[in-house]
Amino acid sequence: MTFDIDRAYRLNDRVALRPEPFGALAYHYGNRRLNFLRAHDLVAVIESLAEHDTVRSAFDAAGIAGSRRATFEKALASLAASDFLVAT
Amino acid sequence: MSLTDDMKAGLQAPICLTWELTYACNLQCVHCLSSSGRRDPRELTTAEAEAVIDEIQRMQVFYVNIGGGEPTIRPDFWHLIDYSVDHDVGVKFSTNGSRIDARVARELAGADYVDIQISIDGADAATNDHVRGEGSFATALAAMDHLAEADFGEFKISVVMTRHNVGQLDQFADLAHRYGAQLRLTRFRPSGRGAATWHELHPSDQQQRRLYHWLLDRPDVLTGDSFFHLSALGEALPGLNLCGAGRVVCLVDPVGDVYACPFVLHDDFKAGNVRDEGGFERVWRSSKLFAGLREPQSAGACASCGEFDACQGGCMAAKFFTGIPLDGPDPECVNGYGKELVAAAAGAPRPLAGADHSRPSPVKFLGRR
Repeated sequence: MTFDIDRAYRLNDRVALRPEPFGALAYHYGNRRLNFLRAHDLVAVIESLAEHDTVRSAFDAAGIAGSRRATFEKALASLAASDFLVAT
Repeated sequence: MSLTDDMKAGLQAPICLTWELTYACNLQCVHCLSSSGRRDPRELTTAEAEAVIDEIQRMQVFYVNIGGGEPTIRPDFWHLIDYSVDHDVGVKFSTNGSRIDARVARELAGADYVDIQISIDGADAATNDHVRGEGSFATALAAMDHLAEADFGEFKISVVMTRHNVGQLDQFADLAHRYGAQLRLTRFRPSGRGAATWHELHPSDQQQRRLYHWLLDRPDVLTGDSFFHLSALGEALPGLNLCGAGRVVCLVDPVGDVYACPFVLHDDFKAGNVRDEGGFERVWRSSKLFAGLREPQSAGACASCGEFDACQGGCMAAKFFTGIPLDGPDPECVNGYGKELVAAAAGAPRPLAGADHSRPSPVKFLGRR
């Protein structure tokens, strides 16, 4: 399933986030994969996803500048593809 | 900042925490990096081990690599595995397979978050038993059979690369394939009893090149951070291409001492003990040794080499135990810069590993009588 910025997603319950100086480490207890989230506002967006009806609205609320949205979208799409994020 | 730079500066908690539960072992492998054999009377008690698990759960260490010694020898081994998994700390444990019978295999097959790694160091009994002791190949294969029969799923077969087994790479891959297992290859380090056998057993230059190309063709073979010194041969191998010691990696030994990595059991690389005030967390976050390892490191003698960015000067433990300065080349530097230094250090006193828990060998026994 392709990642859709106009849909709702949330962090998988089996994923834990560990705060790090560069952002956070994400670990998936199911598939045992590790992901480096290397921006603090990316971590903030991920943590807020569940409160929003669309990813776009989470970007808006976190004040993510238009120039960075493509990068963020790519990162979130990759997280969704590896089951770190689930569509709701 | 790149991801590598982030990791060099150290993380809030290790990614790869190795925990050796006991020095006791029923084998006496000639390359044992912890010189294991006999249990140490000061080993952590069950309650102390549980406290370590509680602490690493709080620090969000997501999984722990358990080894030894032979960890399954500890009477509370299975309890500690359960305790760990129940506290969100996944377990991968290394074993020689001697305790993995049909019943244990069935229990393991039902456990979540438990990963098993069976060690062999040859693709046949003769090659393996030369390093790991008579009968050890048959024991390991019996354990693999039990896991396969119990439908455990994908376990790991772990092999230390030696001069005698590099020629068996394809056979190891076939063996792993036959069991539906994942192959993991690691580097022979001159640590523990390996210090005495490294000169005889470490792969030749030609074998290192062969291994490098074999691994490039097989990105699914696991190597951890074992072979980053080979990156100087061309493109980097998959995996962590830097020395993670004290930055993303560390070792807790059976008596609770915390070392920078599993291959440097020596006072120079001991950062503290989990029994100290502040526990493991304080050692990881505040020890002077680890703070130093997270500082930018000098390229030293390798500064003028064009390959330094690729190989990062190689493995700290390999240098230390062959008598090469830590800012010098790796003893197995692919450009040969380490050779002269190894030869020069061969006559000089070399650092000896820390606590030696080897069982007295029959030869020594006879000598003392």
